[in-house]
Amino acid sequence: MSLPMQRPRRKNPLLRTRAPTLPPWGRSRVALGLTAAAAVGRFELQQCADCGAVQYPPREACHVCLSARLQWKPQSGAGMLLSETTLHHSNDLFFRERLPWRLGLVRLDSGPTLMVHLPDCTPAAPAAVRVDARLDRAGQAVLLGLPLKEIEHMNDDRVLREMHCDPKFRKVLVTDGKTALGQALVKSLAAAGADLIWVGHAEPWKKLPGFADLSALPQVTLVPLDLSSAKSVAELAGEVAGKVDIVINNAEVHRTHGIATRRGVDAARAEMDINYFGLLRLAQEFGPALKGRGADGAASAVAWVNLLSIYALSNYPPHGTYSASKAAALSLAQCLRAEMRGAGIRVVNVFPGPIDDDWNQLLPPPKLAPAALAQAIVKALRDGVEDLYPGDVAQEWLARWRDNPKVLERELAAGEG
Amino acid sequence: MQPTEILAALAGALAQGRIRVLDLTHTLTPEFPQIALPPEFGQCLPFRLEEVSRYDERGPGWYWNNFSCGEHTGTHFDAPVHWISGRDLPNNAVDTIAVQNFIAPAVVIDCSREAAADADYLLTVDAVKAWEASHGRVPARSWVLMRTDWSKKSGDPEAYQNYDESGQHTPGPHAEVAKFLVEERDVLGFGSESIGTDAGQGYHQRPPYPCHYYMHGAGRYGLQCLTNLDLLPATGSMLICPPLKIEHGSGSPLRVLALVPGGS
Repeated sequence: MSLPMQRPRRKNPLLRTRAPTLPPWGRSRVALGLTAAAAVGRFELQQCADCGAVQYPPREACHVCLSARLQWKPQSGAGMLLSETTLHHSNDLFFRERLPWRLGLVRLDSGPTLMVHLPDCTPAAPAAVRVDARLDRAGQAVLLGLPLKEIEHMNDDRVLREMHCDPKFRKVLVTDGKTALGQALVKSLAAAGADLIWVGHAEPWKKLPGFADLSALPQVTLVPLDLSSAKSVAELAGEVAGKVDIVINNAEVHRTHGIATRRGVDAARAEMDINYFGLLRLAQEFGPALKGRGADGAASAVAWVNLLSIYALSNYPPHGTYSASKAAALSLAQCLRAEMRGAGIRVVNVFPGPIDDDWNQLLPPPKLAPAALAQAIVKALRDGVEDLYPGDVAQEWLARWRDNPKVLERELAAGEG
Repeated sequence: MQPTEILAALAGALAQGRIRVLDLTHTLTPEFPQIALPPEFGQCLPFRLEEVSRYDERGPGWYWNNFSCGEHTGTHFDAPVHWISGRDLPNNAVDTIAVQNFIAPAVVIDCSREAAADADYLLTVDAVKAWEASHGRVPARSWVLMRTDWSKKSGDPEAYQNYDESGQHTPGPHAEVAKFLVEERDVLGFGSESIGTDAGQGYHQRPPYPCHYYMHGAGRYGLQCLTNLDLLPATGSMLICPPLKIEHGSGSPLRVLALVPGGS
């Protein structure tokens, strides 16, 4: 086992907060395939469709037979750590601040030999290891040589902590604590070791089940937050944004209308006002503070989670205006990801299928239990993925969308959701 | 007195403080609670303010905002067209109501003790008659304002809304008193300190929301979310309360002013 991380000491307020730096982020277009897989938590390499050779580094033509038919395929990552070295010097600004740093050579059982980062918890060479691809602070895939089996406190390893967004010892804002999902998130975060959890709640006179119980958790502070009000967002940001390490924006308005089933735009506007403009207001007020603390010690600002919907990918006509608002939010979240990248803040987009809540009452199962979704979101933070498609419905829609978005659009238009 | 003399006397009295002007209006803020309906219904927008510029790159020499809200946000006026019972009346919207109705005398019925004891307190005909025994008959074409001191809770939106699982609990008029004030006293309208002219549990009266039903059905008006009613005399004040001139508007936020006798 590796030693459990100790609670980070309070920072010295007389010292300058370290400015965020990024590890090298340049990648060729083809190499971004590795990043695309790591973004959803997978390790993929190109494999030749003609001769079967596994390729590394990513390339345009097979290194054995020169075929151009290279396909990204999931890899087990099993291999042998052949040798290792420990860097004690680097001219790269990011690594300079994190020395010493172990690097190693791993020969995969499937053929290629790779240069990998080695967490402190990986056994010394020679040793059997498991290679995995993770996003680094620059948001690019890097390769890691990991112990064969998950070991206790592994996520506390300082090298891994540069990759993932584990809420342990971090301070988290959950924007809506009134929903079942919000409450499940708070409980999952508390169980994962979050240090403090601010829980937003709008319209305090609306008492919803379960909300009052949250304040029994010692980590929790209930805070007024209404994403439809610029003033409300600005006031909370003024109070706590400088301490927030992870924002989880789960506030949403969901109505079940298409265009023809509801007169007027009031319901659609309410969806847009929270799902899209709410994210914009939140990002304008909290974004700068997080960006300033991207390298603020062992519990730095690290992630921004958006609750989107699988309907953001393709409109689900019975919930058509909701789908449109989530598509808008997805587009804005991509902008946010680009703007947060320089500070090493990961923007995690969550694309659930229907959640088992009031507004999906008339949809048949399977529906995502709020507690399961909350656990999946916390796991995504712990694993460091940036796109999460939790549950069977989301996975199935994603597969159909990736296969052919036009076909999916036609299926949905025909009521074959 | 000639009309010109009356106006001159009024101007003089205002200048000397012999007639004082009171503000019965809550400040429009994003925090001020709005009426809440079951979420599947359309909703009244709360007040929202978005800065356009503040002597900055968006407008170097000037400060201004855009605001948005519903017609029934904050201290607001209800026109007869607001309710289905008043939908076919002539001049039933804020843009067509005769403007002289926006300046009218008011009487204040103090129910503050009863409301403090019972959040669901309903003003009854007997209570109005008891008030009349002390203050005289409610004059025709005057506002009847129900003082409950509920406005003093407005800094605490939870207490002001006062919801529990059975809904809202705020004081208001009994169905029979709404009917009585229209039919027997010919009042101009009814004003309250809580979020509606009807009680929080008004939906369960017969008819539902009786104050809206009877007042607007007879072409009368409503004022809600009033404040400072405790500063008004029981009789002898004059309200100035013109709503915004919204085409076919059902109501509007407004500034409600009261003219009251000052110290002599």
